[in-house]
Amino acid sequence: MLPQLVRRVGLMIFTVWGAVSLTFVILRLAPGDQATVQLGPDATAADVSALREELGLNRPMLVQYLDYLGSAITGDFGESYRFRESAMTVVLDRFPATVLLTVTASALALTIGLLLGVLAGRSPGRLVDRVISGITLVMQAIPSFWSGIMLILLMALTLRLLPSAGSGDLRHLVLPAITLAIPFTAIVARITRSSVAEVTTEPYILTARSKGLSERAVLTRHAVRNSVIPVVTIVSLHIGTLMGGAVIVEQVFAWEGVGSLLVGAVGNRDYAIVQAATVLLAIVVVTMNLLADVLNSRLDPRIRAGATTS
Amino acid sequence: MMSGSQREESRRVSAGTLRVRDLTIVLPGPRGMADVVDGVSFDMVEGRTTGLIGESGSGKSLTAMALVGLIPDTGVVRGQVLLGDEDLLKAGRARMRQVRGAEISVVFQDPSTALNPTMTIGDQVGEILRERGLSRSQARERAADLLDHVGIPDAAARVGAYPHEFSGGMRQRAMIALALAGQPRFILADEPTTALDVTVQARILDLLGRLRDEDHLSMLLVSHDLRVMSHVADDLVVMYAGRVCERGGAKAVLNRPLHPYTDALVRSVPSVHVESAIADPLPGSPANPFDRPAGCPFHPRCPLAEDRCRTEVPALREIVPGRFSACHFAELAERTSDSGAEELR
Repeated sequence: MLPQLVRRVGLMIFTVWGAVSLTFVILRLAPGDQATVQLGPDATAADVSALREELGLNRPMLVQYLDYLGSAITGDFGESYRFRESAMTVVLDRFPATVLLTVTASALALTIGLLLGVLAGRSPGRLVDRVISGITLVMQAIPSFWSGIMLILLMALTLRLLPSAGSGDLRHLVLPAITLAIPFTAIVARITRSSVAEVTTEPYILTARSKGLSERAVLTRHAVRNSVIPVVTIVSLHIGTLMGGAVIVEQVFAWEGVGSLLVGAVGNRDYAIVQAATVLLAIVVVTMNLLADVLNSRLDPRIRAGATTS
Repeated sequence: MMSGSQREESRRVSAGTLRVRDLTIVLPGPRGMADVVDGVSFDMVEGRTTGLIGESGSGKSLTAMALVGLIPDTGVVRGQVLLGDEDLLKAGRARMRQVRGAEISVVFQDPSTALNPTMTIGDQVGEILRERGLSRSQARERAADLLDHVGIPDAAARVGAYPHEFSGGMRQRAMIALALAGQPRFILADEPTTALDVTVQARILDLLGRLRDEDHLSMLLVSHDLRVMSHVADDLVVMYAGRVCERGGAKAVLNRPLHPYTDALVRSVPSVHVESAIADPLPGSPANPFDRPAGCPFHPRCPLAEDRCRTEVPALREIVPGRFSACHFAELAERTSDSGAEELR
């Protein structure tokens, strides 16, 4: 168990490092940098290169990269030139809002997705299944920026029920959470559907019926639990998708979380913020994946056995 | 041991007998609905093991599933399944749920897939008792007793184990304990040893025989394996392409088959004692139940087939007391048959 855990943590660190490095390179490949943005379009070339010199941006990329990694390891992710504050502090300030949004959206998506998936999967090919499969296909295909704008038009502008943007009280949470939940619900529902449809053909389901159990007991006690195992695995792989979705949704609804901060920072070439936000999101994703594995080993005794013997 | 007429006398209908009459199962096939089981009748007599034998596609497993009402919703089941005076085919869903497990229960073929991988053995065995209102600890205790009853060593400690922690034979024992939990009078064992190692098979068959005697059960043993049948079955029902072709006491049927199919089956079994290992393999391939040949379904493979067999469906007739055969020439077979069946004994 212990060597496996060590390996696992090593892999997590490797993943975060990979995300940081990729972001570092991609950011610097984009045209423009802090100096050009800060000085504006009217600045002379001499001014720009003077500022570059001052900021250390004219050093070779490898030197900058190693310098950045060196301080990142000690927990120093640099200073945001716009906020004039430690970048990680700025990002962490915005983090609770993103957590609130993604947790609410996940709760919505898991509840509705599992329900729809079980309903469809227990009678594959029937009308319920075809209707649900059709709906979830559409939900998965709609881009979040579009469904977000449509929700704003309907709920905020036409019906005037909810605020269109901002992040004050809970009423502000409703629309972005729904927007973010839509594609995630579809993913959960579709995986659950195929998993339930497969599990209900297993011989042990026939065994359960042969005991004289009600269909409800067969479904809840025998089918659902076994169906959830692959759902947890695949859903955990989509946590990154959820985080990416949060970036877009926060931007659409001006939700003051890490996502909207990140988009603004990319525009301003505020490297420190972009990198700090990337590190944080990467850590969230790998941690959630680990939690999903732990949950699965609780659900499936065969995985538990495999983990202790290897 | 018993002659046919004695056997017929002992077969007086009691509450402990499950009578299957004219059972017909219609399922959707590649070319519309087809009666894959057609007019099957037999009795499961108290304290006896009835063997249901046939090749794959003969409809033997479907027949067994129909007795507990577990035919897919797309199928239609006709005829009668009489438990005492009650026709189970007319029983409602709620009543059938009561029957399953409590009156008739099933031992499935492959215990590695027929047991829920994420539930402890104890919980699976005790589940039906929990349904009846026993507390968790009572059900667990009873499950341990049942596991002990079917010969699982150290049962009390193993109720908390999961199926993957058991060997194949132990899993099948647990499956049997699960079937016994509701104290049924009838056990349907669907190929209960097919998925097991040969060395384990005999022990499981012995266990089933012992339980039948100790717990006064009637057993239906569904198998394609003639050797298994010759060891365990008291009565035999031979099925081909969804129909019964021969029925009677097991020893009599195997020693003097009254149907060319039974005869061919018996001859096809290689004998361990004799040099010529593979005796006489059955020619041709089994009839497709969705596309059954006209007349006698066995005629394309039958050495005795004549024109009549290609057009006229042979009725199941009593040839000698207690012996039924669905062959136009059963009387001929009765006079001449002296097959190599002695090997099986």
